[in-house]
Amino acid sequence: MSDLYFEPAHALHQKLVGKELSAVELASAVLDRLESTEATLNAYLLVTRDAALRAAEATDRRIAAGEAISYWDGIPVAVKDNMCTKGIRTTCASKILQNYVPPYTATAVGRLLEQGAVMVGKTNMDEFAFGSSTENSAFGPTRNPWDLERVPGGSSGGSAAAVAAGAAVAGLGSDTGGSVRQPASLCGIVGMKPTYGRVSRYGLVAFASSLDQISPVTRDVRDTAEMLKVICGHDPMDSTSSPDPVPDYAEALNSDIKGVKIGVPKELMGEGLQPVVRASIEAAVATLEELGAVCEEVSLPHVSHTIPAYYLIAPAEASSNLARFDGVRYGYRAERPEDALAMYKRSRGEGLGPEAKRRIMLGTYALSAGYYQAYYGQAQRVRTLIIRDFEAAFARYDVLISPASPSVAFRLGEKVDDPLQMYLSDICTAPANLAGIPAASLPCGLEDGLPVGLQVMARVLDEPAVLRVAYAFEQARGSLGAPPLN
Amino acid sequence: MISKEDVRYVAQLARLELTPQEIDVFTGQLGTILEYAGQIANLEAEKVPPTAHALPLTNVFRKDEVRPSLAPEEALAAAPEREDDAFVVPRIV
Repeated sequence: MSDLYFEPAHALHQKLVGKELSAVELASAVLDRLESTEATLNAYLLVTRDAALRAAEATDRRIAAGEAISYWDGIPVAVKDNMCTKGIRTTCASKILQNYVPPYTATAVGRLLEQGAVMVGKTNMDEFAFGSSTENSAFGPTRNPWDLERVPGGSSGGSAAAVAAGAAVAGLGSDTGGSVRQPASLCGIVGMKPTYGRVSRYGLVAFASSLDQISPVTRDVRDTAEMLKVICGHDPMDSTSSPDPVPDYAEALNSDIKGVKIGVPKELMGEGLQPVVRASIEAAVATLEELGAVCEEVSLPHVSHTIPAYYLIAPAEASSNLARFDGVRYGYRAERPEDALAMYKRSRGEGLGPEAKRRIMLGTYALSAGYYQAYYGQAQRVRTLIIRDFEAAFARYDVLISPASPSVAFRLGEKVDDPLQMYLSDICTAPANLAGIPAASLPCGLEDGLPVGLQVMARVLDEPAVLRVAYAFEQARGSLGAPPLN
Repeated sequence: MISKEDVRYVAQLARLELTPQEIDVFTGQLGTILEYAGQIANLEAEKVPPTAHALPLTNVFRKDEVRPSLAPEEALAAAPEREDDAFVVPRIV
């Protein structure tokens, strides 16, 4: 049973249906693996062992009754701790929500659980999703299963590390500037941000309302397609959710990409890339060409302004979204405040971590009188220019590819003292958030034992194009194997 | 560059109490970040319409009908301090 926890959901589903395995055996195997790796990895903030086993028992009852079970029924999944789970502690890896228990469940999580998925726990993250390394968690960093001295990426580092290590079969993360794609890249797994609005944000603790999307974190592209089928779709509880019907994403899993036109934005293959990443992506281009795709360099000139624009827009929206954490209705309240103003200032001052404070202040400054037009207003205009660059590119190309991260996993502590250096980790991923387009990262290679991720992007609502190219590449490339973690 | 006074003012706007040490560190860091982000001021973009939202939705309304919502008990369950159906806070004025 030792390899069970490394199998993708589709293989496990077949075993459950074929009665080679019970859901309780599967959940136990994954929970045991979780427990044996957790002291080292710190991927989880909360493990829900009892609830998971009860859910697995329910799956087994359905199977015993001869019911047809769905793809995700009985599959152990991890949920990033910024998604509300009713009655189950949800902290966003922050002291300010250390004991917060939500009275409702996020729509996307609910849809997955309704399928019978077995939630094994809530995963670690950068506090309020502010970060690219999971080092900003108030509860300690998560370590990369491929090299324990290195970061798993962030902010969905816990979910990515868990799936990579076999401590969950699949999971949910969230992606605002790259927070699922970059950790997927650093941990050697698949992470896909859907088109903005494709997945309900109801119950996702908001960071940047025009950028956030809940995103699947999986072992392979098929599992991503199947998870998207479940979580995508209009939600009346989220008025920013798209009314567009959800296609059967599994139909896109076709390994024939002959004639597909692929653009490689030169601004994403620039100076800031580590040589090993560049080499890995160039090898990927060769593989795609062998599969019959046509790859060409393209320019997205305004994409080189992504980080300045993103680090004005996202913190501005975050400063507004985090205003609710004031000690009034939930979360941490400072002791014996002399008046309401002191309550707000001290609760927030004592409960929020340094990166949260930096972003709130950046955002507040960018929105303040006298600076609004120069910073936030200008960033919104740059956003339009970036969107136009993508639209022009997609008129000529079916998909665009790039690295998902400018580097392989960096060492713990390496960038914590230089926030700007940390922000530059998002250079490959943030353009897709600004433009609202779907984008996935999938394993591309191992360089000195560290994973590199290939990013595939397509136009708005064209998840099928992303999935098709990703699947074809994945089938040709084969697996990276499991991390050498014991 | 941003001054310590700017940082104190912004912290006040954001209702954040900072220690003197935090003010020092943040002044330096925010200055660096804003200088970097401020480079977009040089871009010629006056005539470009701003984008607030990537998805072109407007006026997402529903019928004005009463529907089930969070019960008062559930809404108050996480309150640091409550009295009947109210959140209790220190004096405002």
